[in-house]
Amino acid sequence: MPDLSINFAGIKSPNPFWLASAPPTNSGYQVMKAFDAGWGGAVWKTLGVPVVNVSSRYGSVNYRDKRMMGFNNIELISDRPLSDNLREIEEVKKRFPNHAVIASLMVQSRQEWHDIVRQSQEAGADGIELNFGCPHGMCERGMGSAVGQEPEVLQTIVEWVMEVAKIPVIVKLTPNISDITEPAMAARRGGADAISLINTIQSIVGVDLDLFAPYPIVDGKGSNGGYCGPAVKPIALNMLKNCAQHPDVRLPISGIGGIETWRDAVEHILLGASSVQVCTAAMHYGFGIIREMTSGLEQYMVDKGFNTIYDFVGKALPNVLHWEDLNMKYKVTANIHEEKCIGCQLCYTACEDGAHQAIKLNAGTRVPEIIEANCVGCNLCSLVCPVEDCITMDRKDDGTAHVTWKERTEANDIPTEFNDEKAGGRHHWVPEPAAALGKEKHKTLPGKARQFEKVTVTQEVTE
Amino acid sequence: MAEYSTPTSEQEFHANFAQLKPRMNASEALFESSRCLFCFDAPCIQACPSGIDIPQFIRQINSGNDTGAARTIYEANYFGNACGKVCPTEVLCEGACVYNLQDVKPIEIGRLQSFATRKAIEEEKPLMQAGIPNGRKVAIVGAGPAGISAACELRALGYEVDVFEAKDQPSGLTVYGVAPYKITNEEVLAEMAYLQKQFGYSVQYNSPITSQADLQALEEGYDAIFLGIGLGRTNALLLPGEERENCVGAVEFIEQLRMNHHATTVGRKVIVLGGGNTAMDAASESSRLGADSVILAYRRGKEDMGAYEFEYDLAKGVGVKGLFNVAPVEIVGNGKVEGVKFIRTALHEGQVQTVPGSEFVEPCDMVIKATGQAKQTHFLSLIGGLKTDGKGRIVADERTGQTTNPQYFTSGDARNGGAEVVNAAAEAKAAARGIHEYLSRK
Repeated sequence: MPDLSINFAGIKSPNPFWLASAPPTNSGYQVMKAFDAGWGGAVWKTLGVPVVNVSSRYGSVNYRDKRMMGFNNIELISDRPLSDNLREIEEVKKRFPNHAVIASLMVQSRQEWHDIVRQSQEAGADGIELNFGCPHGMCERGMGSAVGQEPEVLQTIVEWVMEVAKIPVIVKLTPNISDITEPAMAARRGGADAISLINTIQSIVGVDLDLFAPYPIVDGKGSNGGYCGPAVKPIALNMLKNCAQHPDVRLPISGIGGIETWRDAVEHILLGASSVQVCTAAMHYGFGIIREMTSGLEQYMVDKGFNTIYDFVGKALPNVLHWEDLNMKYKVTANIHEEKCIGCQLCYTACEDGAHQAIKLNAGTRVPEIIEANCVGCNLCSLVCPVEDCITMDRKDDGTAHVTWKERTEANDIPTEFNDEKAGGRHHWVPEPAAALGKEKHKTLPGKARQFEKVTVTQEVTE
Repeated sequence: MAEYSTPTSEQEFHANFAQLKPRMNASEALFESSRCLFCFDAPCIQACPSGIDIPQFIRQINSGNDTGAARTIYEANYFGNACGKVCPTEVLCEGACVYNLQDVKPIEIGRLQSFATRKAIEEEKPLMQAGIPNGRKVAIVGAGPAGISAACELRALGYEVDVFEAKDQPSGLTVYGVAPYKITNEEVLAEMAYLQKQFGYSVQYNSPITSQADLQALEEGYDAIFLGIGLGRTNALLLPGEERENCVGAVEFIEQLRMNHHATTVGRKVIVLGGGNTAMDAASESSRLGADSVILAYRRGKEDMGAYEFEYDLAKGVGVKGLFNVAPVEIVGNGKVEGVKFIRTALHEGQVQTVPGSEFVEPCDMVIKATGQAKQTHFLSLIGGLKTDGKGRIVADERTGQTTNPQYFTSGDARNGGAEVVNAAAEAKAAARGIHEYLSRK
């Protein structure tokens, strides 16, 4: 069987799955339960200055009948007494010496940082995570994302921490910034051992249509919160890739953001994460999801012949290029496999209205037809198709030619004027604008019974 | 042992006749509406005789606009709630759902439809209204699906509308003839009350139009007359012994059942004659009323039955046994029914032929004839210039429903020979437009 264990910047863990610093790691009870269920590590809910929370703290984005595809919170860091948290960390470590317990910290002054780092170490924490990401409540007090958004301040605080840290220090980064590699590099300059990302994204998850207030609602009012859950994975993956590819960051990365299944975890690992942190999924389904995650990861590694996590950390990074380095000679077009088509015609309407008018309908069949000459190979039809492998994007070039925008630029082979012959859409067929009018009125407009013309009352009204 | 024990209370009746398409709760409606693919030019719309914009109302339910969904449905079909429950959706909208081609369960369109409309009815949402009065009057004969639909549409167009109904309740076969497990009386009547409240047409119950004088009064008092008269009683078999006690017509039997529920008497051993959907209903109903055995006898093979496959499955599911390739020759008994004498049949060059010497008597204590409904030929002959076709159906313009007597229009079973509620509702809406076109031109 493959070895799932990791050594993340010196923090050892039986598997790469850690609970992120959040409500699921609020107490020793929860962390012990999680370790008992199979989690490899836990980043304790942030310890620091005393806080008071409001009631009504979480909001959700539902998609049709699926709940919590996005999630936000306006909860603050741990509101439990520091001594209770430290005592429980010690207790957990005694019981689970081989699991990773990381203390997440957030305080203000140099002295406070020194004190809390020392206390965490004394409690037996395996590592420290500096919370420079919280985008609500704490940033207004000059902490959390207020630090994460100022690389110099971040670096200074990391330096303070490193003055006393004897255990690995992870800096947790906020995504609420234009270029996440700036704080990542500041963390490295400050001497941090690793980074973790992303923290939550500033958000309003929805507005109550009756109360005219944003969710979650606190006595008729609301505030921006921190967004997470499955919906944020794409943002997290991109920022992860940015840090993992940056030549001046070069730190182990703990990936966070939208991880719910082993697949999500593998994606994070392939883009450079060597541990992953989970919160929303555990808040939604409980700690039991770890069984699916470890079994899926293990099976994937067996299937791929990977012995350790490190066999595939960052394996997808070489394939993530800048747009200008992509092969412009590569050409795919859509291919509808008629025998699989169920005739929903979503591809037709998507291409017709949302893409390049490269699909047509024929009389006597509900199976649409690709107009190959118009197909730019955008993938849209294959993405909306509800049937697996019904629309495939088939390669049409012979694979021998290769030219990139960068190469064309260097060779002076790029369009430079508005009417340049070399412009991409120059010879692409588009219908006449007026051809759109009334085109599908008989189809898209309401059913037969409503095709009666609006009748105006013409005759005179008698008594 | 019977599948069902004889119901003795309203509660037991409703247990035996539990709704096939029970009401959805909001969660179920959310889950089900979420599955809809929102096909382009959706096949479900095309399969709906009333052309309801199904993906639109499903999307409205899914986005929390149940009232808008009900509006979408009622704009196309005034029997929106009833059709959601009594339509053979398996062969209409749901049968056309593209999921069938993916071997995925089709969207439960009927139940979603009733979910939205029933909510609107219960909350008395004002979705429809009468148009500006145009000073003209239309009489409607028959308060069935055709008559009521025409009344609604005509009111929307500004006509004054009086409906004349022979019975004491509206909706025709929806309340008198549909199987009780498809829709309850209360549910049917609630929709009727909802429509009448919004459109304000008048209905005169227990007012059959039967004579020349009745018709003349209508012709003089109204600008146009809409015939939504449906069909008549069960066709006679013209067999010896047909008059025996406990030999009844299916239409009459089902009407009894709808009105009297568990007080309806059924035999211990019932033979239902026929192979159509009404035969399936009568057989199922007999079983659900506690009959020990129910035999469905049909003169051709199983595969030749006119009933929908799912209707036969439904009957089989409650213990009904099929007896095929038999033709009844006599209802035997002494005062009361004691059996049916059949003769076996065989197909010869597509024709049903009896097999000489193969007669046998199948004992029973009740016979239900589900052999079609008679046309109202005599009544129709009282209307001057009104033509019927070879099958007794009223001849009318396909688009406008205008009969060969220009003052008369028609839709529903009287015109199509007997179809679904949805057909009557859709055709009547068109005929109302036909009336409007005719009177506007006049």
